Amino acid sequence: MSESLKRDFSGAHDPSRENIGNLLRVGVLIAAAVVVFGGVLYLAHAPRAQKTSFGQFHGESEGLSHLGSIFARAFHGHPAAMIQAGILLLIATPIARVLLAAVTFARVRDWIYAGISCTVLGLLIWSLVWG
Amino acid sequence: MTILHFVLVVFSGSMIAGLLGSLTGLGGGVVIVPMLTLMLGVDLRYAIGASLISVIATSSGAASAYVREGFTNIRIGMFLELATTIGAICGAFLASVLNPNTIGLIFGVVLIFSAVFSLKGKGDAAVSTHAVCPWPRLQLQGSYPGPDKKPVYYAASRPAFGFGLMGVAGVLSGLLGIGSGAVKVLAMDQCMKLPFKVSTTTSNFMIGVTAAASAGVYLRKGYIDPVLSMPVMLGVLAGALLGAKLLVRAKTKALRWLFAGVVGVMAVQMIAKSLAGKM
Repeated sequence: MSESLKRDFSGAHDPSRENIGNLLRVGVLIAAAVVVFGGVLYLAHAPRAQKTSFGQFHGESEGLSHLGSIFARAFHGHPAAMIQAGILLLIATPIARVLLAAVTFARVRDWIYAGISCTVLGLLIWSLVWG
Repeated sequence: MTILHFVLVVFSGSMIAGLLGSLTGLGGGVVIVPMLTLMLGVDLRYAIGASLISVIATSSGAASAYVREGFTNIRIGMFLELATTIGAICGAFLASVLNPNTIGLIFGVVLIFSAVFSLKGKGDAAVSTHAVCPWPRLQLQGSYPGPDKKPVYYAASRPAFGFGLMGVAGVLSGLLGIGSGAVKVLAMDQCMKLPFKVSTTTSNFMIGVTAAASAGVYLRKGYIDPVLSMPVMLGVLAGALLGAKLLVRAKTKALRWLFAGVVGVMAVQMIAKSLAGKM
């Protein structure tokens, strides 16, 4: 049994794993709460007789597909933007998870994995901001 | 349909999908897109966007439970996430240039594979306890608590092959808005010879990151509609959480057959609709 294997097994009770599990759960709960809040507001404001159809693809407007404008409109109480902000928080949850892993690997001076984590993190941020 | 009616119908359907997905351990993502496009006439691009969001929700919700158990291998997961994130970004761009009928056809074929996969029994293929990974510096190995609390050690074989297959899983995830957990498990369990439990939990852990990579592209391309994504995300999440509480092992077999049947019918319909050019 090599040293690294021993360390991996003790890692099963490593507090960093607990942190990652909690982070994911809390992230999902907050995101879901924001989506519920925005959704209730949206339904309350929608005209009762308004028909809905997603049969044709138009693409979302600038205001609902760009990070900055989503948060700006959500803060101004725009219900659809609030749902979208909740969805962004959900997307941010696994990204935060990768960031936490990068920090954890750097702490144990595992530079190879800190580098791999940072590369994954970079790809995720790139796709969200410039993709 | 009025908006409230539509939201309630989508929520109920997604909840059933999430429940079935969680009880069978196959994830609900794969049935969301056919449900929205075939039954509710939603455009394929909006359906894919909403489905992908629900995939992130269930993956992050479920992974938190698995991480505690000590089966997830974070190193192996992170190494393979390099492949899945690159694949997912490519898949999302591919989705924006391919004809919807072509995407529908690929979806149908993937559904058939999912139906077959859901009927395959669980179990370790051939775990390589004595395997030596060709890339020792990557430490693609680990251990998990065995039945008598003794650690069971394992190491990954054929990491390059597994990495390539993970890239394919990423492309499928980004192109179709699914978690592609089946391909991920296949890559780890069959190809890299990792223990089944390590493969499934690590796969679940990776699904959220993979989906987040293509979600960014989808959002910017306007595929993610808040009014459609809201009931899908909340419904699947509610179903998955309910499923985790209900988990009754005894009835899993009947549920797997039900799931395979539903997925099989959806596959035929997706392929027929795509071939008719109506996607």
